[in-house]
Amino acid sequence: MFKILDKRQLAENVNEYVIEAPLAAKNAAPGQFVILRVDADGERVPFTIADYDRERGTVTILVQTVGATTYQLAQKNAGDSIADFVGPLGNPTDLSRFEKVLLVGGGIGGAVIHPQAKLLNSLGKAPDVVLGARTKELLLYMDEMRRYSSELFPMTDDGSYGGKGFVTDKVAELIKTRKYDAVLAVGPLPMMAAVCEVTRPSGLKTIVSMNSVMVDGTGMCGCCRVTVGGERKYACVDGPEFDGHLIDFAEARLRQGFYRDQEKEHYCRIRGEVK
Amino acid sequence: MPEPRNIPPFRDAEIRRRNFEEVNMGFDAETAKKEASRCLQCKNPMCRQGCPVGVNIPAFILKIKNGDFEGARDTITADNNLPSICGRVCPQETQCESRCVLGKKFGAVAIGALERFAGDYIVGGKPAVPAEKVGKSVAVIGSGPAGLSCAADLIKRGFDVTIFEAFHTTGGVLSYGIPEFRLPKRIVKAEIASLEKMGVKIVTNAVIGKSLTIAELKEDFDFIFLGTGAGLPGFMNIPGEGLPGVCSANEFLTRVNLMKAMNPDAATPVQRGKNVMVVGAGNVAMDAARTAMRLGADHVTIVYRRSRTEMPARKEEIEHAEEEGIELKLLTSPVEIIGNGKVEKVRLIRTELGEPDERGRRRPIDIPGSEFEVAADEVIMALGTSPNPVLTKSCPELKTGPRGIIAVDEDGRTSVPGVYAGGDAATGAATVILAMSAGKRAAKAIVADAGLN
Repeated sequence: MFKILDKRQLAENVNEYVIEAPLAAKNAAPGQFVILRVDADGERVPFTIADYDRERGTVTILVQTVGATTYQLAQKNAGDSIADFVGPLGNPTDLSRFEKVLLVGGGIGGAVIHPQAKLLNSLGKAPDVVLGARTKELLLYMDEMRRYSSELFPMTDDGSYGGKGFVTDKVAELIKTRKYDAVLAVGPLPMMAAVCEVTRPSGLKTIVSMNSVMVDGTGMCGCCRVTVGGERKYACVDGPEFDGHLIDFAEARLRQGFYRDQEKEHYCRIRGEVK
Repeated sequence: MPEPRNIPPFRDAEIRRRNFEEVNMGFDAETAKKEASRCLQCKNPMCRQGCPVGVNIPAFILKIKNGDFEGARDTITADNNLPSICGRVCPQETQCESRCVLGKKFGAVAIGALERFAGDYIVGGKPAVPAEKVGKSVAVIGSGPAGLSCAADLIKRGFDVTIFEAFHTTGGVLSYGIPEFRLPKRIVKAEIASLEKMGVKIVTNAVIGKSLTIAELKEDFDFIFLGTGAGLPGFMNIPGEGLPGVCSANEFLTRVNLMKAMNPDAATPVQRGKNVMVVGAGNVAMDAARTAMRLGADHVTIVYRRSRTEMPARKEEIEHAEEEGIELKLLTSPVEIIGNGKVEKVRLIRTELGEPDERGRRRPIDIPGSEFEVAADEVIMALGTSPNPVLTKSCPELKTGPRGIIAVDEDGRTSVPGVYAGGDAATGAATVILAMSAGKRAAKAIVADAGLN
């Protein structure tokens, strides 16, 4: 069992959990993820590592309530435990060859770019950061990102905070006026695809983190496969980060939505909405 | 003249094709004794030579004949710690039973069914008396058949043994791969629980190469055994393989066997195709096809590019699949998967057999112009697997051969001192019993290298 040491609500339906998991924390690095099961009957679901503390033996994840498992997690509080927690999985982000990086986080994608910002900052290469959300209350990790970024550009769809519009509007503006070696974009698939289209004409290196459906997360089932530059890659062991300009996003979107009906049905069942 | 071979009862095909209950119901005590009395108790038993782990077959069969079922189990577990599992999944027809002198003329003694009977008599057996500790520790990576047999032999020799497993459940392919209707999971759980009773420690949720590296393990353990299997699935690299509705047999079987997706209330979803095509003809293909039928398919087809003679699956499994209404489309191979948003049909091509390849199997050759299309809403690729590169990538000094197979000497020693490997990780995909024998061989080498012989 893995104990929840802290739980903090960051926004409606978004919680941050600090989990006691020394084995996962020991070698964790930015860009990697974990897989957890809430209970003995649970499914295996991947979550990106939002932070880690190797000495304390903890891994921090952000969870947005979108379905059955995340709903079950939302019912758990500090002091409760979950059945399984394995990691770190996937490859760490490799930003070592870049001097100036633009990090772009959409929604809880901000969780993924948080450890990257922290690391870059510690290397004396504080990145510019664009954080996007629908509305002000959904802009996550603002304090942390302010601390680690060179400059922070919040964006809201409704203009309730920062710039009004999508992250892509800000990215388009920034890459015209500033010089970056790379862009790392994390968020929903449509957002990552859109960022790639913005950077494609200039050929600016753009890295995205693929949030495919996964089962084992160790390369033994191929459920998370993505087509990258015409080649089949497994997001869990070859990624999750890939060159965004080479990703077949249309295929990725189809694959991500494949189990949506079954998932919705199960979510309704566990909430007692369907008998 | 010997009596004819006794056959255990099988569940009726019409009923079993829609449920996950075990197909082979096993011998009852009376039939087991009857079958055991067919054994001629050869002075020089060939059957024993056919067993990869050298179980003393005539001795355990004699005990069954005399009604000493517990003694029969103890006799088997001296060489094989998982009789209930091996009795079910070993290809006895090419191993022990193929050497039985009764053989062709009267039908070999049903060694596998008897082993299963003895194993099941007390599943998991009684906890063995703890061995005197030798003060050496071993980390076993992977809890599949290779790791389990290595761990069992070393705990019996007094080593401190810790198994590290990446999944949340132990058993490897016994848990995620082989379906309930061939190998009930309660059997796997009980056999592993008996190892824990003997003192084997198990750490689940530990991916070696990620959570811990081999270098880190070497600080805490005297020896390391790698039994990480060959879990990386192959695909065909044909157009349309990325479409939703196409999956590997590993994914499909893991969802059903490990995650219990056959239960409609399970948290893990699985596709329940109505018109399912399985590509491949090994045991995994049979398991996937029969599982798809049990999930409610109207029609399941197995597509194979060679003929029936070359099918690598056990004959019994092919027969069971056919009895359950699964269609075999032989000398046929997919060239494209077609669909708008998800799989709708598969373009196939007819093949003919050419000259034998380096492994002696006749090579399939596409017949030009013979392409045709068939409808399918789910395609399962059962094309074989290769070792997972996660572990070897994290340990560059570990020498590997073709397809990432870990290079070992004949006793299972790798290129890294103190590190041993066996099973599918060191041979490529093979059988449960060969993995078990490799685990035993490495255990023997570890005992020798620890200076304890």
